Amino acid sequence: MLQSTDGSPQTVAAPTEQASYLTDGTSVMSWLNTRDHKRVGVMFLALVMIGFLIGGVFALAIRVKLLQPGPFLFDAMTYNRLFTLHGIVMIFLFMIPAIPSGFGNFVLPLMIGARDVAFPRLNLGSMYVYLLGASIALWGMIHGGVDTGWTFYTPYSSTTTTDAFPVILGAFIIGFSSIMTGLNFIVTVHTLRAPGMTWMRLPLFVWAVYGTSLIQVLATPVLGLALLVVGVENTMHFGLFDPTRGGDPLLFQHLFWFYSHPAVYIMVLPAMGVMSEIICAFSRKNAYGYNMIAYSSLGIAFVGFFAWGHHMFVTGQSSVNAGIFGVISMLVGVFTAIKVFNWVGTMYRGSIQVNTPFIYACGFLYFVVFGGMTGIALATVGLDVHWHDTYFVIAHFHFVMVGAVIMGFLAALHYWFPKMFARTYHDGWGMVAATLIILGFNATFIPQFLLGNAGMPRRYYEYPDKFQALNVASTTGAAVLALGLVIVLIYLVVALVSGKRCEQNPWGSKGFEWMTQTPPTTSNFEVIPTITTGPHDYRTNDNSAAYGIHHV
Amino acid sequence: MSSAAAGHDKSHELDGVPEGILAHHFSSLEAQNEAVRFGMWLFLATEILLFAGLFTGYAVYRFQFPEAFAEASRHLDLSLGTLNTFVLISSSFTVAMAIHFARTDRKNLAVVCLLITIACAFGFLGIKSIEYMHKFQEGALPGPYYAFKEVTAPGAPMYFTIYFLTTGLHALHVIIGMSVLIVLTFKTANGRFSSKYYTGLELGGLYWHLVDLVWIFLFPLLYLI
Repeated sequence: MLQSTDGSPQTVAAPTEQASYLTDGTSVMSWLNTRDHKRVGVMFLALVMIGFLIGGVFALAIRVKLLQPGPFLFDAMTYNRLFTLHGIVMIFLFMIPAIPSGFGNFVLPLMIGARDVAFPRLNLGSMYVYLLGASIALWGMIHGGVDTGWTFYTPYSSTTTTDAFPVILGAFIIGFSSIMTGLNFIVTVHTLRAPGMTWMRLPLFVWAVYGTSLIQVLATPVLGLALLVVGVENTMHFGLFDPTRGGDPLLFQHLFWFYSHPAVYIMVLPAMGVMSEIICAFSRKNAYGYNMIAYSSLGIAFVGFFAWGHHMFVTGQSSVNAGIFGVISMLVGVFTAIKVFNWVGTMYRGSIQVNTPFIYACGFLYFVVFGGMTGIALATVGLDVHWHDTYFVIAHFHFVMVGAVIMGFLAALHYWFPKMFARTYHDGWGMVAATLIILGFNATFIPQFLLGNAGMPRRYYEYPDKFQALNVASTTGAAVLALGLVIVLIYLVVALVSGKRCEQNPWGSKGFEWMTQTPPTTSNFEVIPTITTGPHDYRTNDNSAAYGIHHV
Repeated sequence: MSSAAAGHDKSHELDGVPEGILAHHFSSLEAQNEAVRFGMWLFLATEILLFAGLFTGYAVYRFQFPEAFAEASRHLDLSLGTLNTFVLISSSFTVAMAIHFARTDRKNLAVVCLLITIACAFGFLGIKSIEYMHKFQEGALPGPYYAFKEVTAPGAPMYFTIYFLTTGLHALHVIIGMSVLIVLTFKTANGRFSSKYYTGLELGGLYWHLVDLVWIFLFPLLYLI
């Protein structure tokens, strides 16, 4: 099934071009007080990218310090603060909201044929709540500089001399933002699908975001409570987690990981959804095993709730418990493998077109497969005891979680950038940057696998001289990674200002979101479309009729 | 169905419904009501999970200090606790009646029922603060502040930590629910809710039932067993 971009349905634009969501009101207030899911999505993207930048600067500072085994550049306390802030910023400010609140907001209603999300005001509110939480957390970082690690483990977090409270409060507030977005998407998918948009016709990105939303709604309140109680402990010292007062510090770990393990899937599932869209679009093929990809999203969401104990293998857990948690953790690998198999099946005999988003998709597959395999190894109790709290774990979750999110985020950004702004970026530079980022990421974290296996513990300011060579290699990789990201920033800003105008569907994608005007109008459609086929349908050249859009 | 026909259906259906209720992206008021109710139930689920964390804490420490917890719980004021349970359950009944009267277009009765509910909420908080005052005077306080002479078993301070955290978080929810009900009372008095549209009031009622429900679990756990 060969088909060039030119043969794609680009003629289906509405006969009378209406004002796009970008031009419908240009004052600052029209953005700050908007109810439009697309504008909320774009603003969210801007905010999470700021978070990404801050977290990235912290990461680079850590890596530069680790060039030297001994004291260097800044003192140990600053180092402790930096790795804590790196974790908190990257997780709560970037990875959790990045894809669902940013791209999910923008494309989910377009994909299901809705004019907006179910609760537009709540949606805008979730952005301001995020902004409030992020501001408090960032202020707390400058003011007090928490040094507990992003996990806030007790009893240290209730006795630390740094002022942890503002940061805990900030993370607590950001949790509300996450719940608001998740709740909104669940209701939207249930009640605002266009006529004919049955569940089994939902684009796979929608399935993934739906699974994510379930986790956001069901797990975040527990984190909220855990943070609330740690905040109380930190200020009033009731001793709820303090062993000297009969408290049980492990209770905090249970409550914390009951959220924070599923939170891994809040971050990864949307990236998987992005991949399903992009792999279909750039292979020009229907999704292979659509049902399996859809159900495995729910499977991951479900199983993810029962795997938290694998963070606590060395806390005196019984071997039966550890065994059960280990097996459940491996089930996540089974569902992920189902997805990977189906994505590769989609590419197989497809008519693959290599553009920037597709490079990221390949990077994603690589990181998820290899990072995921180290995860299976870590879920094995005996091996985990050896690797626990070493750089092996750091490298593992950066590969599988951070790698997946960064690949997913950048892929989505490059795939939907033309949809959002009707401008194109320089694809050549895009591919150069993508290659640098993927190589840099590998160079950063493969040495860390080796360091961890050799016994270098995480979160230490100093290390033995024999580890220096690998640490220097890792820092060099981080520099390459940063260079790649800076290139992305430069050509995207250039594209935003003076990029070439593009037509409605530059990729020739059959994704439903591309069947609308580019950029979309404020109300998305003149008439709510009626859906007659499944998503990603590449069997015919033009399936715009399936989306209720008729040539004039 | 053309958009013109849909527009006509909408305007007919909206007779008697206050202006600006139906958002542009819903096809009908019925669809919107369904979505809004569904959203509320999801929100209630998050509230349950928030309390679930504290209930987990209660279970852990109850098993760790069974005697201390049993003994400490006998030093709560059972009669005031029972009275408060009665007050809160009654308020759940009156808020349900308020919704019933609103949807059968009996505005004044609905307002009366809402006022009784709010009075019950104040009553609950008043009784709760009397109980809190007693505990403060006795020194039955969380963790390091504990100075209660009558129960000295290790674990008793933990009991009062849990007691104040759970009842405190619950009282916060009572205050939030009460504020919502006050706003809804004004709206009801202004004739916003009728047989045509009463979803807003229904949601407030649902939230109030949740506040009640949490207490129904807290009461036996803290006072009875």
